[in-house]
Amino acid sequence: MTLLSWLRTDLRAELAVQARRPVHGLLVGVAVTLTLVFGYVVPYAGYAAGTTGPPGSDRGLAAMLPAAFLGSATAGTPVFAGALALVLGALVVGSEEGWQTWKTLLLQGTGRVRVYAAKVAVAALGAGALTAASLLAAAAASATVAAAEDAAATWPAAADVVTGLASAWLITGTWAVVGVVLAVLLRSVALPVGLGLVWVLAVQNLLTALAAPLLTEVAEAQRWLPGPNAGSLVHWLGAPASTPGVQDLVGPGHAVAVLGCYLVTLALLGGWVFWRRDVR
Amino acid sequence: MRAARSDTVADRPAVELVGLTKRYGSRTAVDQLDLQVRSGEVLGLLGPNGAGKTTTMQLLLGLARPTSGQVRVLGRRPGPGYLDQVGALLEGPGFYPALSGRANLRALATRAGVPRARVEEVLARVDLTGRAQDRYGRYSLGMKQRLGVAAALLKDPALVVLDEPTNGLDPQGMADMRATVRALAGAGCTVLLSSHLLGEVQQVCDRVAVMAHGRLRTVTTVAELRAQAGVRLRVRASPQAHADRVVADVAGPGPVAAEHAPRVTAALVRAGLEVHEVARVEPSLEEAFLALTGEGTGFPRNENEQEEVGDDAAVVAAH
Repeated sequence: MTLLSWLRTDLRAELAVQARRPVHGLLVGVAVTLTLVFGYVVPYAGYAAGTTGPPGSDRGLAAMLPAAFLGSATAGTPVFAGALALVLGALVVGSEEGWQTWKTLLLQGTGRVRVYAAKVAVAALGAGALTAASLLAAAAASATVAAAEDAAATWPAAADVVTGLASAWLITGTWAVVGVVLAVLLRSVALPVGLGLVWVLAVQNLLTALAAPLLTEVAEAQRWLPGPNAGSLVHWLGAPASTPGVQDLVGPGHAVAVLGCYLVTLALLGGWVFWRRDVR
Repeated sequence: MRAARSDTVADRPAVELVGLTKRYGSRTAVDQLDLQVRSGEVLGLLGPNGAGKTTTMQLLLGLARPTSGQVRVLGRRPGPGYLDQVGALLEGPGFYPALSGRANLRALATRAGVPRARVEEVLARVDLTGRAQDRYGRYSLGMKQRLGVAAALLKDPALVVLDEPTNGLDPQGMADMRATVRALAGAGCTVLLSSHLLGEVQQVCDRVAVMAHGRLRTVTTVAELRAQAGVRLRVRASPQAHADRVVADVAGPGPVAAEHAPRVTAALVRAGLEVHEVARVEPSLEEAFLALTGEGTGFPRNENEQEEVGDDAAVVAAH
C-alpha cells in the first residue's frame, strides 16, 4: 500500500462520501454556535449589563478581546467540542453498520487496513474542521467586540495561533477516535454516542468534582485520563479556569503526551478489532 | 464489456475451497467444504435457509475468516489484490441512502481505482441510467438490487459472486437478471450464484452445488440432479382405486420403474379400466433438491394425487 495510492483512492472516496452528509455540517455549526454563545454572546451581554458574574469567573471584557481569543475559542474543547467530535467519529464509522455498507466497501478489494485508515483520517479531519471553524468564529467575534468597545485589536503571535489550533485539534481528534473505536466495538451509532456522551459530559466531571477531592487514587488517575489532560492543555492556552472541564492539573507537555497516546493507541485498537473481525 | 477469456486462467478453477470450515461458537455454519468452481462456468449454490451458502460466500470473499481450511480465488489466496478481479453482491445491496445511485457508484469506483466512465457503463447495463441521479434511499427494492449488481460489475470482474440476485425483482427484472448472468457467462466470466428459486438456477446454471447443514451434498449438473431423484410413472385411470391395485399387482408395491409402463398399460386395459394416461414424468429440480437435502420427503401430494418415491422410480396415480 503506497500512501499516494491510499490518498487517491480510499481517502478521496471517503471524503467524497462524508462531505455530502449534512450531519457533519450540523455538528460544525453546533460547535461554532456554542463557542460564540458561551464564549462571547453571554459574557458580552453580562458585561454590557454590568454583571460581574460569580467570583473567579474571569469573563470580563479582556477575555473577549483578540489577545485572548485562543483561550475563549478553546475553552469548550474538553467538554462540548470533544463531545461533538466523539459523535462525529461514531457517525463516520457506525453508520456503515446501519446502512450495511461495510461489505460494499470491502468488496472493492482495497483491504481492511486502508478502509479503516481512511475512516480514522476523515474523522480526524472532521474534528480539525470543527476546531478550525470554532477558532475562526471566535476570532471574528473577538474582532467584533474590540471594534464595538474601541479596544486595541492585539492578536496572538501566528505561532501561538498554530499551537492553539494544533492543541485543540489534538483534543477533538482524540475524542473523534474514541467515537470511532466505540462504533467499531459496538457496531452501531446510538450506543457509542450515548455511552461516549455520558462519559464526556457526566462521568468525567463527576470524577473531577466529586471523586478526586475525596480519593487520592482518583486524583492520581485524573492525571492519566483524557478529559483532565484536555482541560489542562486548554488552560495553558488561556482558557478561563471557571469553564467546565478546564483545570490546571498537568503541564502542556504531559497533556500532549497523554492525549497523543490515547489517540494512537485507540486508533490501533480499533483497527486491530476491525481487521480481525468478520464483517456482517 | 470484458472480452471472452481464453487465457491461462481458463485452465485453473476460478474458486477453490479446501476443507473450509466456519464455526460460530458451538454451531458449525460450514463444515469441511471442498468445492471448485470452474473458470467460465455458472455454478448455482443451492440449499435451504441456514445451509451455509451465504457464509461460504463470505468466506471466499474474505468478509469472514475461516476456522480452518483454505480459500483460493482466481489463483490468489486472501491478501492484497485478492479481490481485484472479483465483483459481488452479498445479502442484498448496501449503499449510502443520501447519495444518488451514480454518486454511490462513483465513490466505489474511486475507491477501487476504476475510471468514472465505467460507472455509466454499468448503470446502462442494469438499466438505471435514467434514475441514476435519484437518491438511493428513494429507490425501489428492485432498483436497489440492480444498483448492487452494477456495483458488482464495476471492476469488470473475472468472477462474479451473487447472493440471491433476484430478491425483490419483479418478473421482468428477474428475466433481465438471468439475461445479465448469461451475458456474463457468454463473455467468459465465472459466476457463482445462490438462489432459492430453483427454476432460476435451472435456467442459468451449468452446474449446481447443493448444501445442507453446512455440508456439500453434491456438485452436479441440473439434469443429473434431477435424474438422481428418480423418474415418476403417472397413471390416470377410472376407477382409480382399482387401477392402484392393478399397478401394484404388476409392478409390486413401492417404486415402479419407468420401463414397466407397457406392462402396466396392458394390465390396466385387460382389467377393463378406462385408461386416461400412462406417462413418464421427470422430477422437477425442486423435487430433486428436496429429496437430496432431506428437507422434504418427495413429491407433492394433494387430494387428486398419490405417489411413491424410490431411488430410481416412482409411481403417481391420479383420477
